Amino acid sequence: MNAVSGAARFSHRFEGLRERLPGARLPWLTALRDGAAATFATLGFPTRRAEAWKYTDLAPIGDAGFDEPLTLLEGSVALPPAGAARAVFVDGRFRADLATLDGLAFSARSLAGALDEVEGPLGALAQPARDAMAALNTMLFEDGLLIDVQDGVDGGVLELLSVATASERPQAFHPRHLIRLGRGASLTIIETAMGTAGAAYLHNPVFEIGLEEDARLTHGRLQQESRAGFHLSTIYARVAGGAVYDNFTLNAGARLVRNEIHVALTGPKGACHMNGAQLIGDGQHADTATVLDHAAPDCASRQTYKTVLAGRARGVFQGRIHVHQAAQRTDGYQMNQALLLSEDAEMDSKPQLEIYADDVKCSHGATVGALDADQMFYLRARGIPEPAAKAMLVEAFLIEAVEQLPEGLLRERLTDAIAGWWQGQEAAA
Amino acid sequence: MLKIDNLSATVDGKAILNGISLEVPNGEIHAIMGPNGSGKSTLSYVLAGRDGYEVTGGSATFNGQDLLAMEPEGRAAAGLFLAFQYPVELPGVGNANFLRTALNSIRKNRGEPELDAMQFLKVARARMAALSMPEDMLKRGVNVGFSGGEKKRNEVLQMALLQPKLAILDETDSGLDIDALKIVADGVNAQRGENFSALVITHYQRLLDYIVPDRVHVLVKGRIVKSGGPEVALELEKDGYASVQEAA
Ligand SMILES: Nc1ncnc2c1ncn2[C@@H]1O[C@H](COP(=O)(O)OP(=O)(O)OP(=O)(O)O)[C@@H](O)[C@H]1O
Ligand SMILES: [Mg+2]
Repeated sequence: MNAVSGAARFSHRFEGLRERLPGARLPWLTALRDGAAATFATLGFPTRRAEAWKYTDLAPIGDAGFDEPLTLLEGSVALPPAGAARAVFVDGRFRADLATLDGLAFSARSLAGALDEVEGPLGALAQPARDAMAALNTMLFEDGLLIDVQDGVDGGVLELLSVATASERPQAFHPRHLIRLGRGASLTIIETAMGTAGAAYLHNPVFEIGLEEDARLTHGRLQQESRAGFHLSTIYARVAGGAVYDNFTLNAGARLVRNEIHVALTGPKGACHMNGAQLIGDGQHADTATVLDHAAPDCASRQTYKTVLAGRARGVFQGRIHVHQAAQRTDGYQMNQALLLSEDAEMDSKPQLEIYADDVKCSHGATVGALDADQMFYLRARGIPEPAAKAMLVEAFLIEAVEQLPEGLLRERLTDAIAGWWQGQEAAA
Repeated sequence: MLKIDNLSATVDGKAILNGISLEVPNGEIHAIMGPNGSGKSTLSYVLAGRDGYEVTGGSATFNGQDLLAMEPEGRAAAGLFLAFQYPVELPGVGNANFLRTALNSIRKNRGEPELDAMQFLKVARARMAALSMPEDMLKRGVNVGFSGGEKKRNEVLQMALLQPKLAILDETDSGLDIDALKIVADGVNAQRGENFSALVITHYQRLLDYIVPDRVHVLVKGRIVKSGGPEVALELEKDGYASVQEAA
């Protein structure tokens, strides 16, 4: 079966679910979904002929034959311990019984229960007409998290946990998360995506994030899906003047992952940090694609991505920076480095700079290399066994990206996740 | 302690060591001198187990164990230590973490309990003070941005912490100022005893004023062409390598 008929299956699924999807009685939403469905029917899944998808083949998703779960799972699920207020999604559905959102300084709720309030904001940033994954999400989303932090409020830390359970038929879920931070507001989101070991599913979240003047969002993402799972996420963030969007993404799980991050810096002195680590082993494919629009003057952007590949892993990084003519005195930096732990691993990277302003500081770089033999020998000559020596050098390779995060829960979670990944590699070796 | 017998080795098919025989008994310090490119570092790498060298003949045993059959970390665990001529920089690896991991690896092998961060810090501080090393060198990346002399001191610090049975010091004196030379020599002399031997590779007689060797060997073109007492170094200082080179 090819990707086209795989896409047709999602379209068919939409036909069947159309009347039953949340918000089906809202004309504006139905129109939005129908429009997205029409786009998706035309576009299908992106193929490798599309420049932005040159290195990632979605055919396995089309082949897998996913179903959207129709019923809300009520049973108990094993959850990792919470470190802060937490919103929990099981198979893409908000679980009020598992959430700890009382007493927050801001509002965080299930989107499915608040759809009559989001006409306008929903779909304001995502581009289903251009982007097949956003179209797929728009036509089929059933729930998501709706976050609103009022002007000047410090929201503290919120955990967003997505758990996928095992099911007979592979499931697909397409949560839609809407996040707004008012002027001068701040929030840290620690998002964890995980699934029952061995479970095959498609997790296809779309985020629409609006940051008003001087707001600050730290968005940490720990993607630790089941090794048989698929994770396709698309983030659209609009950053107003003086605001900061800080994204850190760890890609450690899933059989295939694509993280697409679109950030638009729309007001002066805004900033965007997109950092991440991809840790992938045999049979995994991880693709990070950033699309950054510098649309206003005096903004700064920093990107540091590190990919560690073991076995027959395949890594991709594509980073596009578009500096508009108005974006004078832009300060942009992009660094993408890969460490190959095996000769069978492969890394593709493609920076893309389009600069239309004349007073701009923009630099980028990419490296791909293996562990340094001299460094390995130096460590081993000091009595450090080979696996531990490797672990030290891998950690050293990642540190530059990890250090971008301030000390705190997010950084702890990340270091734990990295250690966990490494132990998994050792056990597999 | 160390017994090298007719050892030959090639690098990329090129013969570098051409039948070296050398014995360092327990408690003795031997010096190796020789012109640039004569194979001194190659010998030290072959003994420490670096990849890329093919041993084409002979043997090397360390306290009766076949050294050449062991992994580098096994050799270190058995008590061999190489102070590198060119210490390697490890950006992103903190010096303290590196030293503690190395020390604990060795201690584990000796059946000694591992040191926690506090215990380690205490030991390291004492050793660093003895070597006049500023404490902030613990916080920096291993050898990253260290001056030439600081790198050499960091090598000696590692030796002092790991307490090897046999230390190979490959030009540890190069790049050291006069005061540092004395400090480093004191560090080596402090280890001297029944259970410590050293192979000191140097170009300068001056180091041997401070670390007085039991024997001096002259290596030329991968072969030991002359061995004797400390006076050999003095003769070389006076006459250069011309006379011994003819012999080779
Ligand atoms: N990878 C290599 N490929 C080819 N030749 C090599 C390689 N490594 C070392 N050599 C050669 O082996 C010879 C011995 O080198 P070695 O570093 O052991 O000399 P050395 O006696 O330590 O010199 P110095 O006093 O300058 O430190 C040199 O001629 C060197 O160029
Ligand atoms: Mg040398």
